[in-house]
Amino acid sequence: MKRVGLNGNYATAYAVKMADVDVVAAYPITPQTAIVEKLSEFVANGELDAEYINVESEHSAISACVGASLTGARVFTATSAQGLAYMHEVLFMASALRTPIVMANVNRALSAPLNIWNDHSDAMAERDSGWIQLWATNAQEAFDVTVEAFRIAEDESVQLPVMVNFDGYLVSHTYEPVMLPDDKEVKDYIPSRPMANRLSPKLAYSTGVVGPPEYYYEMKYQAIDAMERSRQRIREIDAEFNSRFGKNYGCIQTYLMDDADYAMIIMGSLTGTAKVVADALRARGEKAGVVSVRWFRPFPGEELSKALKGIKGVGVVDRAVTPGGPSSPLFTDVASALYQTGERPVLQGFVAGLGGRDVSTAEFEMMFRTIKEAMNECRARPSIYVGLRG
Amino acid sequence: MSKQKLKSWKEIPMGGTVTEPGSSVQFDVQSWRTFRPVQDKKRCTKCGMCWIFCPEGAIKKNADGTFDIDLTYCKGCGICNRACAVKAITMVKERTQ
Repeated sequence: MKRVGLNGNYATAYAVKMADVDVVAAYPITPQTAIVEKLSEFVANGELDAEYINVESEHSAISACVGASLTGARVFTATSAQGLAYMHEVLFMASALRTPIVMANVNRALSAPLNIWNDHSDAMAERDSGWIQLWATNAQEAFDVTVEAFRIAEDESVQLPVMVNFDGYLVSHTYEPVMLPDDKEVKDYIPSRPMANRLSPKLAYSTGVVGPPEYYYEMKYQAIDAMERSRQRIREIDAEFNSRFGKNYGCIQTYLMDDADYAMIIMGSLTGTAKVVADALRARGEKAGVVSVRWFRPFPGEELSKALKGIKGVGVVDRAVTPGGPSSPLFTDVASALYQTGERPVLQGFVAGLGGRDVSTAEFEMMFRTIKEAMNECRARPSIYVGLRG
Repeated sequence: MSKQKLKSWKEIPMGGTVTEPGSSVQFDVQSWRTFRPVQDKKRCTKCGMCWIFCPEGAIKKNADGTFDIDLTYCKGCGICNRACAVKAITMVKERTQ
């Protein structure tokens, strides 16, 4: 274990190198580029024995990954925003064909207007593609979650692609101290092993075949079932990671929730600001808590409901929007999970930080105050667009 | 409907891969048809045009030079009817005489 200064992009590249991937196929796009730049450097100087496939687009990058993964190779790619959108149709094939690809998606706003800064609109647009979506809130987590992602993706009962998300610039380009384990520790956690039923000269089959109405439904359901079953496996894989590497990860991260009166649910790097503001509120005697969602797919509805049990006021901060929808993506999922488990807090929605707009501590104080007011009045207001000039 | 028993989602190989070659012979497409080809074997000159033009390979050549249509694979496109120079194949609406 050694302590080094890395940004989220380089931390991810180190995780991929330690995972000893066989194939990297990627196309550069800001703010992800530094990941694959570093990986191409590792391949060029012999530190990583992998095929680095230069492709002409993200559509080709993910297609090359699907092909390589079908042969049992350990595969990695990385992208952001428009690049992820360009992969769109192939993402559904990757999940339904059960290819355990690991992809870093460095979250960036979708155009227009052209914007290279952070929000979560790219990942949310691929919410239903059948990929497992994990979220890291800092460079250390970007490293750790990427390592875990290979183990999760390749698990025999999962065999689904995993998207590791972290915020553009705020995580991708911010240098932080990162604890890097030894190569051997990572290899022991994710050993390279031949995957069952993968294409080879000895095992030929047709894949990507037509699924007529008599079969499409059943084929699709296999991937749905794998996603559902992945919950338990991810819990176990997380637990093993925690015990091997001394971490405390789970599907959600709770902060000051034990005795909280009201709480904020959030994702990504804004979690840090939410915690700082919760601390400040606590110093003034306000019992505020924070829940950060670490897995978005599979959605940890049960754990969230448990964490929010008895809490009367909950705010949900979305960094993406669903124009014309009943609310924004995270809010919708939280509301539907709580409905199913019978928890009925007052739910206040917020949209914040679109297109890389900073969200200040003062704005977080306003959000917490609004949650408390909604709780006291037993009535939430329509989604509040935080920081929007009126 | 298919003659074969349709597999459950648990029985299908992972990712819907097809592990046996030639599996399309298991596809029964008769329910697709609106019109069914009916042969008049007395008019048939054994020219083989229907056999050449059938896009599904649903027409089988017999040892004596005559042809039979395997309705399991016939989608009812009517190409054999158009190709037949002596009008020995007529298209009859399904579920009628």
